[in-house]
Amino acid sequence: MDVEVTRLPGIGTKQEFTTASGRRLGVLTHRDGHRELLVSAREDPDSCTASVGLTDAEGQALGTLLGAPNLVAQLQDQQRDVDGVSTAQFPVGVGSPYDGRTLGDTAMRTRTSTSIVAVVRDHAVSPSPGPDFVFRGGDLVVVVGTGEGLGQAAAILESG
Amino acid sequence: MHSTALPLIELGALFFGLGILGRLAGRLGISPVPLYLLGGLAFGSGGLLPLEGIEPFTSVASEVGVVLLLLLLGLEYSASDLVGGLRRSWAAGIVDMVLNAAPGAIAALALGWGPLGALAMAGVTWVSSSGIVAKVLDELGRLGNRETPAVLSVLVMEDLAMALYLPITTAALTAIGLVAGLRTVGIAVALLVVVLVVALRFGSVVSALVESPTSEVFLLRVLGLALLVAGIASQLQVSAGVGAFLLGIAISEDTAETAARVLTPLRDLFAAVFFVVFGLNTDPAQVPAVLPVAIVLAVVSTVTKLGAGWFAARQIGVGPLGRWRTGAALVARGEFSIVIAGLALTTGAVDPGLAPLATTYVLLMAILGPVAARVVEPVHAGITRRLRPSPA
Repeated sequence: MDVEVTRLPGIGTKQEFTTASGRRLGVLTHRDGHRELLVSAREDPDSCTASVGLTDAEGQALGTLLGAPNLVAQLQDQQRDVDGVSTAQFPVGVGSPYDGRTLGDTAMRTRTSTSIVAVVRDHAVSPSPGPDFVFRGGDLVVVVGTGEGLGQAAAILESG
Repeated sequence: MHSTALPLIELGALFFGLGILGRLAGRLGISPVPLYLLGGLAFGSGGLLPLEGIEPFTSVASEVGVVLLLLLLGLEYSASDLVGGLRRSWAAGIVDMVLNAAPGAIAALALGWGPLGALAMAGVTWVSSSGIVAKVLDELGRLGNRETPAVLSVLVMEDLAMALYLPITTAALTAIGLVAGLRTVGIAVALLVVVLVVALRFGSVVSALVESPTSEVFLLRVLGLALLVAGIASQLQVSAGVGAFLLGIAISEDTAETAARVLTPLRDLFAAVFFVVFGLNTDPAQVPAVLPVAIVLAVVSTVTKLGAGWFAARQIGVGPLGRWRTGAALVARGEFSIVIAGLALTTGAVDPGLAPLATTYVLLMAILGPVAARVVEPVHAGITRRLRPSPA
């Protein structure tokens, strides 16, 4: 795939490619480092229908969502026979109380009866992370449990 | 009253007033430049409230404003941007210059201001306001558009051309004779080439001169160096702003970013003083007389900018609507038109009517520019619908 790189003097750098469906998708990196996701308009391919500013953590989360193997779908497939159990993935935001703390600190299993089965970071999957695994902002945590337990797990990862 | 009390009160009132005007501009979504000019008109000779006793400060401060405006412009672009732009977009730059310098030059000749007036007015109508254009593109979410490189390349070409236009104009206006004039222009060209080469090959050397771990020392060094270079350039008749612009280019990228960050507030302050001083030196009573000319110029130079942008965008293969968007984005004129007019007026070689005309013209264009950028899409859609009625 051809990624076209364009210098925008005084603004930054634009990297983009054209999808099979004919839309331009790209990332504009401003000189101060902040990034924007660009999606071209359908009716006028020269213009952008969306330009969404992304923080580092958001950019990483989006990359992970698109780039990581679709772990949740695979796990859900395997658990089809077990009633009431499902899989979900939750982000560890940059402001999360567990950004920089260990998996053991969350006491997830004790508090919610759910299990953290994997953590996705920078497109790489860490399967079955141990209690001394340290979370970082932008991580995606894959959790297996009941619906209620998953809800609690999401709340814990977000606000402690 | 103590001798410094009155100037302090006047300056305080002036800056506070500018702050209110700036806030108003933000509310209206326009550039503060036209409102600063209006502020200057209101306070100046023949205005509502003449200010006295602060001229020594404001005259130096407005010079510093010009130096900082051009220094920041130089910092914005790296030498490779400029050389790359020159290689790819020279044709767009020439079309832009021919189309947009013509209205000003013709108007000046028609008003009987002679070739010098024509040279100055050509610059006033030629150069788009890179400040307004960049802000409008960002606000309208068009930075990622395919035509945006065309918009930016026209701005880059104009700024590069300024490095030659300003010394040429200074030389012509100060009437230093053909030989001395050619020497000045030769110095400018040589400086530009040397700076581009130095910046491309040894950019880190210039950066090392100003680089410092504490922002305080860094600020003093970069500002000191800029004023030194500007002063020397002025002494060589190359014009202070050009010296600062070239210094900005020579400072390499990482240092340039830090420099831009620490200097931007200073630039805003001193440039505001520059615009006010320009307004101060304009007699508001003369504005009605030049208004018709300014309106005609505004209309004509909007059309010529649309044409220049259309051509630049077509060069890089942008579609019809994108071409019109490029032209409309470039319509705004602002800070550099005033810098050029200011330069011309300080030499006293041009008709004093240039001040009210340039002020009125920039007032119109700074407001019209962002409007043009916004309405180009609906207008284009409307025209296309009328030309090709839907089969239903």
